[in-house]
Amino acid sequence: MAIEPMKQFMIEKIVDLPAVHVGGMTLDLSITNSVLMMLIAAVIITAILSLSAKGAIVPGRMQAVGESLFDLIDGTLVTPIIGHGGKPYIPFIFTIFMLVLTMNLMGVVLSFGHVVGQDWTFTPTAQLAVTATLAVLTFLAVIVIGFVKNGLGMYKLFVPSGMPLAMVVVMVPIEMISFFVRPLTLAMRLFGNMLGGHVVMNIFASFVVALGAFAAAGGLASLGYLGSGLSLAMVIALTGLELVVAGLQAFVFAALATVYLNEVVNLGHGH
Amino acid sequence: MDPASAKLIGAGLATMGMIGAGAGLGILFGNYLQAAIRNPSAAGQERIWLFLGMALTESMGIFALVVALLLRYA
Repeated sequence: MAIEPMKQFMIEKIVDLPAVHVGGMTLDLSITNSVLMMLIAAVIITAILSLSAKGAIVPGRMQAVGESLFDLIDGTLVTPIIGHGGKPYIPFIFTIFMLVLTMNLMGVVLSFGHVVGQDWTFTPTAQLAVTATLAVLTFLAVIVIGFVKNGLGMYKLFVPSGMPLAMVVVMVPIEMISFFVRPLTLAMRLFGNMLGGHVVMNIFASFVVALGAFAAAGGLASLGYLGSGLSLAMVIALTGLELVVAGLQAFVFAALATVYLNEVVNLGHGH
Repeated sequence: MDPASAKLIGAGLATMGMIGAGAGLGILFGNYLQAAIRNPSAAGQERIWLFLGMALTESMGIFALVVALLLRYA
């Protein structure tokens, strides 16, 4: 029973739906394991948040969960970075944070599903298409909000104030590159972290099985049980690390979205 | 050398970009810890900049990953 580290990222169809043709493109709208996990994530988020939205003055357990999640975004990210002008953007950032966090955590918890033949388990955030969609969405939101708030004053984003005219020629291309590369880094960071962590976890898990099978031969080979046990300890430790990374990457995604929004919301105010 | 194996070697070499990201993360967290131990009361409010610095440092390593993946699969 060998574990293939990359098999967990295979897209499998669960419910086959007919393809849709839009403007010459064929869109396959089947429910795959990726879509299924995203739907489950959406259900979990809706359930947790609607259970916690009681509005009691003294919060109960569920309400405390909801409030601390909300305070993580409002109290430590949006208000300190953007200031009070940031209130309208809290729902957007909170939605992205909750979605990424839930998908990451579900990915860690269910990451060994394919080993026992459960092909529907999947980490949506280890799929570049999913993270790229979230990143492009954030990037477009920043551009649209920037133009709505500043009009054509958006050019100040590429020309830092007080810069000598001679430097403009050098700085503007650099600033433009660093602006347009943002969706790429945003998508690749989440994708790379999730993919890398899960591959490493699966490789160590495959050591447990392979060394155990090797040691079963008996004799000197039974030393393999030692390596197998060490690998098992490593898998447990890595699972803990992955839980931290899952939360941290969701937070980093939200933090970067906030910083990018801050640049266009407080453009020229030097906040 | 045939192009396919040259691409694989190139992909392996491209991952060396992660050396820089690793060194950067070490410097970042080391300096944050140093500052946080010197002045623990100011550590909490600067933690967000730690994570932002981490994200930006990591993106340099991620560019290396992009190059490696492009060489491997594209």
